[in-house]
Amino acid sequence: MADDTPKTEPTEAQAPALKTAPLRGDISRRSFFSTLGLGWIAFGGAAAAGTGAMVRFMMPTVLYEPPQEFKAGFPNEFAVGAVDERFKASYGCWIVREPQGFYALSTTCTHLGCTPNWLSADEKFKCPCHGSGFLRTGINIEGPAPRPLERYKITLADDGQLLIDKNTKYQEEKGQWALDGAYLPYVA
Amino acid sequence: MEKLFKSLRQTQVWKSVFRHGYPDTPRNRTLAVLSNTFLHLHPVKVRRSGIRLSYTWCMGGLTFFLFLNLTLTGLLLMFYYRPTAELAYQDIFALREHVSIGVMREMHRWGAHLMVITVWLHMYRVFLTGSYKPPREFNWNVGVILLVLTLLLSFTGYLLPWDQLAVWAITVGTNMARATPFLGHEGPGAALLSFGGVDFIHAGDDIRFGLLAGRFVGEGALLRFYVLHCVGFPLVAATLMAVHFWRVRKDGGISGPL
Repeated sequence: MADDTPKTEPTEAQAPALKTAPLRGDISRRSFFSTLGLGWIAFGGAAAAGTGAMVRFMMPTVLYEPPQEFKAGFPNEFAVGAVDERFKASYGCWIVREPQGFYALSTTCTHLGCTPNWLSADEKFKCPCHGSGFLRTGINIEGPAPRPLERYKITLADDGQLLIDKNTKYQEEKGQWALDGAYLPYVA
Repeated sequence: MEKLFKSLRQTQVWKSVFRHGYPDTPRNRTLAVLSNTFLHLHPVKVRRSGIRLSYTWCMGGLTFFLFLNLTLTGLLLMFYYRPTAELAYQDIFALREHVSIGVMREMHRWGAHLMVITVWLHMYRVFLTGSYKPPREFNWNVGVILLVLTLLLSFTGYLLPWDQLAVWAITVGTNMARATPFLGHEGPGAALLSFGGVDFIHAGDDIRFGLLAGRFVGEGALLRFYVLHCVGFPLVAATLMAVHFWRVRKDGGISGPL
């Protein structure tokens, strides 16, 4: 054999043999890649399921918070024209009794989420954080609050008590105060 | 004495720890850095300008020093602090009033304030010296993530004293998460995820709910912020700091003056 032929290069007689020879056992190139692909799909699926399980794990199912729905008592327990503060600390909710009915105001300031105080002498809600002020209706009149206080859904329960559902909120700027649950018509 | 040291350096224990001779030649000095787990993150050689205070302000180094300081004082505070609604405030109070060496909590607090300042100044210096330019643009991005982590550490730590300031600051801060696109119930796109009148994203399952473990800042939020503050964010920050320092070395050391 001539010396100028590189030793690593297969001769013409050897080359076809290399192409057809199986790598090891019966694994062909095609089956190797399809097994690899299946493996990656299984791994990806397991990783996605694991991530999903972790996200779900982080979402608690039992909360140690006051329930979002509560009964506030019978309508005749509320004085006409008064802002009822009994449920402010426990449920974050003012119940306002008007001659024509009821509405439930959220105690969360629409500026940055502090809790305003009801100043009965001044006839307004005043936020201690940045001075936002709201009328008894919830309309913002002063300070940085950009929109009125939100109202919660208020209805009458089967037993005749007021039922407040904080899961449903009504925003004045979206025209939602005209909707059914935003105001409970009630004349004693 | 000379003899004693010489025989000490011949022992198997010494040789197993130090793989090189005295760092008195350029080769051994390089080896001293390269064969040390902690030093190898650091460039083998630093430019004369790299240690000039008027050029670096030493703000990166001070930030790292403060991070170590905060890790140590934070670890000590963890021996006394219990993250529950009934105990958190009184434990913080006790750390100042009853625990010996009552300055640990103050060191942690003031160190945290300082670290936010030094991180910003470090970033400012890197910007002014153009050190974010190629080949250092990757490390600039690592630094931006580290800046965010520093602010998140500061934010989560702010809740832990569990006083009025803490609760309302976190209430206000996490209200931003309501407006996350698609994932926050008041954010853009959340209304699109409503099918047949049923909201898919609402106050009881959105991203803010996951962060606070509830609809408002309560006991669940305190525990979550505590775990993130003491374990989650420091681990990520320490890992990224290792990458950050190592990339300084790989990108040619501290940048030279313009």
